Amino acid sequence: MIRHLVRALLLAAVAAMVASCAIQSGTVVLLPDKDGKDTALTVTQRGTKVTLAEPYAGTKLTNEGPKAYRSSQEEVQAEFGDALAARPVGPVQFTLYFVEGKDELTDESKQVVNTVFVEIAKRPVPDVLVIGHTDAVGTDQLNDKLSRDRADFIRAGLIQSGIAPENIVAIGRGKRELFVPTADGVAHPRNRRVEIVVR
Amino acid sequence: MTNAATILRCLAMIAAALLLCSPAGAAEIGQIKISKGQVTVERKGAALPATVGMRLESADVLRTGADGSVGITMADNSLLSAGPNSILSLDRFEFDPTTSQGQFDAQLRKGSLAVISGRIAKQSPEAMTVRTPSAILGVRGTEFVLSAND
Repeated sequence: MIRHLVRALLLAAVAAMVASCAIQSGTVVLLPDKDGKDTALTVTQRGTKVTLAEPYAGTKLTNEGPKAYRSSQEEVQAEFGDALAARPVGPVQFTLYFVEGKDELTDESKQVVNTVFVEIAKRPVPDVLVIGHTDAVGTDQLNDKLSRDRADFIRAGLIQSGIAPENIVAIGRGKRELFVPTADGVAHPRNRRVEIVVR
Repeated sequence: MTNAATILRCLAMIAAALLLCSPAGAAEIGQIKISKGQVTVERKGAALPATVGMRLESADVLRTGADGSVGITMADNSLLSAGPNSILSLDRFEFDPTTSQGQFDAQLRKGSLAVISGRIAKQSPEAMTVRTPSAILGVRGTEFVLSAND
């Protein structure tokens, strides 16, 4: 009988502690943008919405809702070091320009090709997307083929330099996505390009 | 046979039929770039060992062990990396690479996660969300960390 009473009292005490303490169930910290751009995050918990808008603005998630606090680089490193260390190398984008009407790079762009190889080589499993474009001279049919030829030309070069073919996708967008908007039929060197996204 | 068992069997058959009807070749949404220690990917009820280079699909769940961590790149250029003892589920990922429109909902069920948001959040603020068991984060961009306890 007494044992039952003690157990009931203990359970009640535990329940009261659980209810009264702000049990932490997580942490959220906004970090500085590496390019220095504005950055923000909203956190909604238990019907309360807070906005984190400053680097190292943080919130503890508790059973009473979000509790704002100020974190620091040291604290983030201590708590999130393993997660941060597993971060992949970020995506990089290149644009190479072509001689009018051809799948031949401009002299200037030929110099950039090596940088692209170096970026790809940094990654254990590179994922490369090559997107060919043309300027607004000619028919859609002609430009679709030319844009695809340009992308294929770059893809072939990357394969030749040792990148596995299954990691490179080449597509052509024709004259649909002009970098510099022009009227149809206008030649523009900035539109004759291939964009390479390395992930 | 009990009624409950019959109902369960019927439900299992319906689930199997639905799986068979789903479109073939689920779209790739991302790729594992870094994997250390014990990491598994749960996909359609199976637990697959995570390998570097593995392609990810919507609804995949990544689990890291006590010595594990994993880093992934999504198709919209978002980067997510989880520390040890974490469960990260990629609940929903829709992305139009031409317009950058889309929706990305991930969930950190427990553990720790570092995020750099990508084109989806840039195009439409808060079109990327990260849930924990108690909170929901609307991502305007770009870099943040979060943890979730059991």
